[in-house]
Amino acid sequence: MMAASRDGYGDGLLEISNDRHVVVLEADLGKSTKSLHFRKANPERTVSCGIGEQNMMLIAAGLASCGYKPFASTFAIFTERAFEQVRNGIARPNLPVHICGSHGGSHTGTDGSSAQSIEDLAIYRSLPNMTVMHPCDDVSASVLTQQCLELSGPSYMRTARNKTPVIHAEREAELQIGKGVLLKQGSDVALIACGVLVSKSLEAAAELENAGISACVIDMHTIKPLDTKLLDDIVIDTGCVVTAEDHSIIGGLGGAVAEHLSSSTPVPLERVGVKDRFGESGQAEEMLDLLNINTADIVEAAKRAIERKNRS
Amino acid sequence: MVTEPSRTARLEDIARHCRAHILRMTHRAAAGHPGGSLSEIDILTALYHQRLRVRPEEPDWPDRDRFILSKGHASPGMYAILAEKGFITHSDLESYRVLGGICQGHVDMKWTPGVDFSAGSLGMGLSFGIGCSIAARLDESERTTWVMLGDGELQEGSVWEAVMAAKHHELGNLKVIVDMNGIQNDDFVDVQMRMFDIPAKWSGFGWPVKVIDGHDMEEILDGIAWADSITDGPAVIIAHTVKGKGVSFMENNPAFHGAAPSDEQLAQGLEELGFDGGEL
Repeated sequence: MMAASRDGYGDGLLEISNDRHVVVLEADLGKSTKSLHFRKANPERTVSCGIGEQNMMLIAAGLASCGYKPFASTFAIFTERAFEQVRNGIARPNLPVHICGSHGGSHTGTDGSSAQSIEDLAIYRSLPNMTVMHPCDDVSASVLTQQCLELSGPSYMRTARNKTPVIHAEREAELQIGKGVLLKQGSDVALIACGVLVSKSLEAAAELENAGISACVIDMHTIKPLDTKLLDDIVIDTGCVVTAEDHSIIGGLGGAVAEHLSSSTPVPLERVGVKDRFGESGQAEEMLDLLNINTADIVEAAKRAIERKNRS
Repeated sequence: MVTEPSRTARLEDIARHCRAHILRMTHRAAAGHPGGSLSEIDILTALYHQRLRVRPEEPDWPDRDRFILSKGHASPGMYAILAEKGFITHSDLESYRVLGGICQGHVDMKWTPGVDFSAGSLGMGLSFGIGCSIAARLDESERTTWVMLGDGELQEGSVWEAVMAAKHHELGNLKVIVDMNGIQNDDFVDVQMRMFDIPAKWSGFGWPVKVIDGHDMEEILDGIAWADSITDGPAVIIAHTVKGKGVSFMENNPAFHGAAPSDEQLAQGLEELGFDGGEL
């Protein structure tokens, strides 16, 4: 079954709409981010901000300061336009504003490089108080959206425009902000992925299995706080790691894992991600191929990691 | 509106004490923003002592009116009025810009009782105030939100996103005051970036506008009453002010946007305000 994680965000908002303090803010992209379902059901608790993301973030902050639980969404790339508002107006006073950036990553496709946010996870991860998530499917996007109500501070969640395989159906109970999900056991290498590259990592693990390599796969849907315990446990078994994300190799999941492992258990690490470049117009799959972040690239990275482990 | 002379005189005397606090704070810290604090302080005095429904003994009272100092660098003025109102003590003012002190360089809701918004970057307060106003509307509360902006601050484009949105949502519980002192960090506003007819810009976005003298206490009180009378949408008071008002060498002097008085200047300023060096 295929679905888009942005639909999970829309479902999640509906699930928590009985809480009268949940408010939704839109910047003329509710049809795209999928907040429109909440708007239709709860127009009085939906704030249209026009095409004005900076204003939207701070309206959300003001609402949060008065006890409301605002969810503000637009395209991932346009949340970045309001970075300073998020930094100074939301993260610094630690206000529980939940930002959803949809259409993130190169996977968003033919809109081209201006729309392909490949740095959002890095920039929000650098802010104190922020929780940063990138779920891989609609099921986890819905669950994590609902769990945002339990956070005392702000969060950023990236969702994807295009449909990807549903991974977590019937496994909702395993999902928890800050906890990675072990999707497949394996002993030779750990594939740690987020977002649209989780299903690609599962494909890669299957290919590696055919080559006699046992790879475990983790859905690291929360990039911050990183599930360092799971990471530490897993590298004891595998001795090497591959990270996979539709995001720059600088500062995202790969960066977070590298930062942690370098100060705990240094093991060979290969980062599959966008290598410090911008994308272009193309279909989602074409983008993953162009940027060398598709299944075959994860397979090759796993082999390199294992080779480095065996050499040392 | 007829104001009793005694009330006006009382407010003017509170503002005079606040001006002395502003000089002392910036002098002690050898840093800070006296000019814009002195231009705003008569308005803050009127708001805090005549209008805002706040509880100094319960600063987080959920149903309080909100005051958003968007020009958050003018924090000495804010701290002075909070001390005069009893939210913080006079000795707290000594912590301005001091490590660990509750009076941070820019006003911060996490540090100072009675501060409703963490400012610092210009152009943010009105948007935040819109959020507070929508929250009050959803709560079906009659509390109001007052936002003070500087005129230089109006150069930030995001201010006009907020001006548009507040009118679109017809927030009758939102009141804005522009402290139009004509000076920004580097120089006069008209040198840095001319804005031409500021009242016309607001009215062009559909806002009712009232222009007042921001140092005439009767006009300030009239302006506040006027803003309160408008309940079907937001209203803005454009207050003509003098940067550095009340201290001769600071008045209309861009040098005192972000510079502290020296020992001699402090003494002179306090004397001009009617305090000798030891008083206060």
